[in-house]
Amino acid sequence: MAERCAVIGVGQTHHKAKRDDVSIAGMVREAAKMALADADLTWSDIDAVVIGKAPDMFEGNMMPELYLAPALGAVGKPMIRVHTAGSVGGSTALVAAHLVKSGRHKRVLTVAYEKQSDSDAMWALSVPQPFAAPLLAGAGGYFAPVIRAYMRRAGAPDHIGRMVAVKDRLNALRNPYAHLHLPDIDMAMVEESIMLWEPLRYLESCPSSDGAAAMVLAAEDAISGSNPPAWIHGTAMRSEPTIFAGRDQVNPRAGRECAADVYAQAGITNPREQFDCAEVYVPFSWYEPMWLENLGFCEQGDGWKLTESGATAFDGDIPWNCSGGVLSSNPIGASGMLRFLEVAMQVRGQAGEHQVDGAKLALGQAYGGGAQFFSMWVVGSEKP
Amino acid sequence: MTDATTAGADVGPVTTLATPISLDFDFTPGVAQSRFLKALATGTFVGQRCPVCTKVYVPSRGTCPTDGVATTEEVVLSNSGTVTTFCVVNVPFAGQSIEIPYICAQILLDGANVSFMGLIQEIPTDQIRMGLRVEAVWVDDADLTPSLASIKYFRPNGETDAPYESYEEYL
Amino acid sequence: MSAPSGTVRPVSVASFAQSPNIRRDDQRNEVEGLLPVIAEVFGNIGITKDDVDFICSGSTDYLIGGPFSFVMALDAVGVWPPRAESHVEMDGAFALYEAWTLLQEGEIDAALVYSFGRSSLGDLNEILTLQLDPYYMAPLWPDIVSLSALQARALIDAGKATEADFAEVASRSRRDALANPKAQVAKDVAVDVLLQDPYVVEPLRRHALPPITDGAAAIVLAAGDKATAWSERPVWISGIDHRIETHALGARDLTSSPSTALAAQHAGVADGKVDIAEIHAPFAHQEIILRQAMGLDASVTINPSGGALAANPMMSAGLIRIGEAASRIAAGQADRAVAHATSGPCLQQNLVCVLEGA
Ligand SMILES: [Zn+2]
Repeated sequence: MAERCAVIGVGQTHHKAKRDDVSIAGMVREAAKMALADADLTWSDIDAVVIGKAPDMFEGNMMPELYLAPALGAVGKPMIRVHTAGSVGGSTALVAAHLVKSGRHKRVLTVAYEKQSDSDAMWALSVPQPFAAPLLAGAGGYFAPVIRAYMRRAGAPDHIGRMVAVKDRLNALRNPYAHLHLPDIDMAMVEESIMLWEPLRYLESCPSSDGAAAMVLAAEDAISGSNPPAWIHGTAMRSEPTIFAGRDQVNPRAGRECAADVYAQAGITNPREQFDCAEVYVPFSWYEPMWLENLGFCEQGDGWKLTESGATAFDGDIPWNCSGGVLSSNPIGASGMLRFLEVAMQVRGQAGEHQVDGAKLALGQAYGGGAQFFSMWVVGSEKP
Repeated sequence: MTDATTAGADVGPVTTLATPISLDFDFTPGVAQSRFLKALATGTFVGQRCPVCTKVYVPSRGTCPTDGVATTEEVVLSNSGTVTTFCVVNVPFAGQSIEIPYICAQILLDGANVSFMGLIQEIPTDQIRMGLRVEAVWVDDADLTPSLASIKYFRPNGETDAPYESYEEYL
Repeated sequence: MSAPSGTVRPVSVASFAQSPNIRRDDQRNEVEGLLPVIAEVFGNIGITKDDVDFICSGSTDYLIGGPFSFVMALDAVGVWPPRAESHVEMDGAFALYEAWTLLQEGEIDAALVYSFGRSSLGDLNEILTLQLDPYYMAPLWPDIVSLSALQARALIDAGKATEADFAEVASRSRRDALANPKAQVAKDVAVDVLLQDPYVVEPLRRHALPPITDGAAAIVLAAGDKATAWSERPVWISGIDHRIETHALGARDLTSSPSTALAAQHAGVADGKVDIAEIHAPFAHQEIILRQAMGLDASVTINPSGGALAANPMMSAGLIRIGEAASRIAAGQADRAVAHATSGPCLQQNLVCVLEGA
């Protein structure tokens, strides 16, 4: 029988293009110490540490959990290192949740980070392999054709992507930790930004950030801190093969089934009505309407209409990415955890300027690879 | 706020230096991919069929990704295919070898059940479209090698566009 | 601290498979190498991928020299329809721990765990340098054999072992490996002959080093009805725990392994008589340290498979220890066994698993 588990502490760095004032250890400690302080705990109160990040080659440091163990107070404790591509921040939090839900530990510290400026992430993503074609498209070149396929399938007009780009950057202005703060952002500014991978423009793509996120998860009898806990109502992971005949990359089945699983655990039958907000991994603007459909917030083909109607804006009926999302901060390994962390902040009422009034139940989602890996959780202010 | 800044008053700003890392690896493409690559050296596309679902993979990495079984039957594929989707690359990045803007497309070869990414040339970037029929243009015979570099690019083959329904499930 | 609660759900090691361990597989890629191992681990007990509820793997990108190496490896399983799946950038033994944790919640009953690693593609000794502190140690490029030699030297200087003891471990391991068809280095060479070997890095002679190995391994874990249905004599995990130490070698007593001792204590090694132990000691002297840390006396048969000195496929060698120990219990050769896995320079991180026959 699984134990109840809650988020009792959150912490994150100010996400920036370059955190050259700290080492990797200094950066992850910054987030971890903030999460411990939030939970009113010290390092010695923690039973185990779960850490996640994207490929080791991003920093040129193999299995960096070994080096980071003392910096995260893990000496003498169990430490696990998760890597599930871009969804890793989310799956890292889920592994930590399972350590508590299984009854194994009372309090687990979970941390995710990326310090892209320490190495060359673009290079690491595209290490040339012998016999392969010369480099063709770059990172966004993988997703741009999928976006075009979505536009065709849903009959979506061009401006939807720009709307998402503006909306998330406006939200970021409410979040002091966000990397991008663009006070003058508007549709024209996005349209004037350079076209990277047609149909994707520069301002419709995520930045490259240094940053870390941390949470303390606790069992019901180990709750601490002055902020209320965010109770975990459901957790799920799903994977499907990267390339296969007939694969639907626009609306991956793994994403739909992951959502169905986590909704069943949390008693969600109408996500748009039941959730007060959601933090969803949207690294390129068009992934908002795509994921609205994939996550069942609307009928197939209607995602862009929901975005266009303003429903997902900060003052809409189902705000998405009030923090500014991945489009405003992208420390890759931490990006997924930030989604999970932000919804915990929302249901704990500690999201400050980007707080959704009275948020009680929220969805955090992360995806990775070529959208074949998914992780999700549902958190709420009430005990499940 | 950070350890570094509290100490910073005494030690001055953090400076950095780059320490380049270089490692050499011997790459093994594997049994299935070696067959694909050797066929490229003859100017031919060879795929492999899954014995369970009968789908044809090109290039195959040796297994059917959905069934988890070895693909063993070789299938010689057409030199022509259909553009299922595409993007126009306008961004310069390290390692790029083609002048921007250029077209990157997912190409579904006739007889195959998965598309792969290829460069499209001999068509203006504003005329590229989903459903365009294309053919591979190979390097001169003397320059053929067991490598994707044997394909210069794909270009329109003059056939009428494939209907959306014919490639819809490969998007 | 985190004592496991008294209500540990019984989980069995229902099936184990490993590839032949060889110096270099230059024919097959990772997926092709893993495919027969996955087929065998299911085939052993007559199940398919549809019978497991969760999949967890262990591997590391730097062995292959490209990012996301675990992604394509998943094609050896065929995760369609989509599956609950996770990956650790650690030895497969730690992937097994993650899967075991999920099974503890009682909502799923079976999991596939696998790992793979091809150590032959690059210069392993150099690659492992990248595990070190990237600011203070890695730029100096100390290699892993030299660091292990520092540990061996400390052991000798502390009067805890001699070079002859190292040779003794190596001689026994490779002799026992003669009975292991999957072993890479198997031979019967006497201690006094081994002591004629030249030093690689003093005090480590060639025989005290592990081979460089390409290999893969897989285990199926089962609980509830599946555990009893899939095995005539289920092998139960009665305890499992892992601990990490500081990374700074200068801050550690390299002649002992407190993280192993702690993990052994939490896994309950001392709660009964241990018949055999499969210890993941890549360097001969490390077996001596680990054996002492786990309190295994002379009555315990150590590494009947030959251990990591007979085959050391990176990222799988730990998982294989669990599989080897479980196989011996399943075969009735032992009733209670200890399996151990390690990670990091000079035994920085250690996992201990106690297995018991029904
Ligand atoms: Zn198939």
